[in-house]
Amino acid sequence: MERVPILKIGRTLFVSIQIDLQDDSVMRLQEDLAAELAATGATGVIIDITAVEIVDSFIGRMLTMIGSISRLFDAETVLVGMRPAVAITLTELGLSLRGVRTALNAEKGMKLLNGRAR
Amino acid sequence: MQIESSQERMAAYLRDRQDKVISRWCELVAAGVRGRSSAVEIRAELEDLYALVLRVTAGQDEQAAGELRAALAELSRSRARNGFTPRETALGVFSLKDAVYELVADTTDLIPEFLSFSRMIDDLGLHTFESYAAAREQIIADQAASMLELSTPVVRLWDGIIAVPLVGTLDSARTQLVTEKLLETLVATGAEHAVLDITGVPTVDTEVAQHLLKTVNAARLLGAECIICGIRPQVAQTIVSLGIEFGDIATKATLADALHHALTRSGLKVTEADRT
Amino acid sequence: MDEVPIQSGDDVVRVRQRVRVVAADSGLSLVDQTKLVTAASELARNALVYGGGGTARIEVLTSPAGRAGVRIGFSDDGPGIADVDLALTDGWTTGGGLGLGLSGARRLVDEFELTSKPGRGTSVVVIKWSR
Repeated sequence: MERVPILKIGRTLFVSIQIDLQDDSVMRLQEDLAAELAATGATGVIIDITAVEIVDSFIGRMLTMIGSISRLFDAETVLVGMRPAVAITLTELGLSLRGVRTALNAEKGMKLLNGRAR
Repeated sequence: MQIESSQERMAAYLRDRQDKVISRWCELVAAGVRGRSSAVEIRAELEDLYALVLRVTAGQDEQAAGELRAALAELSRSRARNGFTPRETALGVFSLKDAVYELVADTTDLIPEFLSFSRMIDDLGLHTFESYAAAREQIIADQAASMLELSTPVVRLWDGIIAVPLVGTLDSARTQLVTEKLLETLVATGAEHAVLDITGVPTVDTEVAQHLLKTVNAARLLGAECIICGIRPQVAQTIVSLGIEFGDIATKATLADALHHALTRSGLKVTEADRT
Repeated sequence: MDEVPIQSGDDVVRVRQRVRVVAADSGLSLVDQTKLVTAASELARNALVYGGGGTARIEVLTSPAGRAGVRIGFSDDGPGIADVDLALTDGWTTGGGLGLGLSGARRLVDEFELTSKPGRGTSVVVIKWSR
């Protein structure tokens, strides 16, 4: 099982998904993020899916859950780099991923996080 | 063990009288062509077809049928390009029957064979008609596709603000195209605001509203906020009476209002310049 | 025709990758490829999680008009679906819906056929045509 590395820079956790993840790895990521948030008190999470070609309902649900878990730790999650084809497909599937903010890239994602009054 | 099948008998008959049949066929076709093709061209065309017809009649060559249909489809296409009607092309194929019948009419022992042969030629003539229709369909489809392409421009209103003027009915195909272009432009420009101008959309019913919502959703997934503008009074009434909810999507009457809204959201302000 | 067994999470990934290659080779647009692979991912997962494992069969088709298409069949010998109509109803009202993701997968493809009887397993066949 592939384990997605989590980088901590300042008060933000960075996750970059580079490969076609199977379900176990996605669930593992959720657990690891929860643990990191609890341990570090990070206030933001950026999940970079620029390299992700497929987001199906399972992965979509996981992403929404990550957003909810982060909020419990008073952290905000931003999903960045979604590909147009993925966005169109997710919309067709009926998944709007409410509860997770989105931005075009990591830089804009950071701006969103920093814009939060703290 | 040489039991000659009726197919082989017909094929042999046609092979033995090849020159005569082809010449007669050329005469009949030339009469219908009225000078649009030369005698040499016609002869070459028909000789090739005849060879294929022979193979198919003999019935031993599996590929021949496919090749013959392909050759006829090509004939149909080239005739259409040269201004022939599909009827003329089909009649040209049917006239092979006449050419053969003139020879067979005197003998009585090839009647069942001629009947099957005749049916085969009928089928081939109809095939040229079908090819013609299919080719026209393709042209129409191609034109529709390029019209669709041309009618979905995405323009840049300001740094980070783009606009998509929608004109015409918003069906599922056009929505898909608009969404794709919008998203590509978002990625290319990094814009965070997109204005969807529906002034040119004649009716907004539940289906159109759903299409719009899908586009807005997709743009949101790429971090952009959409504003819908160009809502005409009648359209507004229809939307409300149908119970369509645009939720938290900003809607404005005019493009100017939408631009102002987007500028404000971008943290910009428009003020009068100093006149000194 | 490609046959891919679905017995693990890695197999679901394998199905995705195989479908992606076939879809690209058949000339489907990028968006259509993504839709098809996503649908395949949903259905493969169903076969694994609800069907106890199964098989995916991928083949390339040609329509009478000459267009290329991709057909994928998913079959499992699991418990089957008692109420097919219910399983196919839209569960995505708020986007957080549960369910088998069948209605979503159906929206992503051009043709969708589901056969299932309790105790007799489930079979789903989907087709996506190039434009």
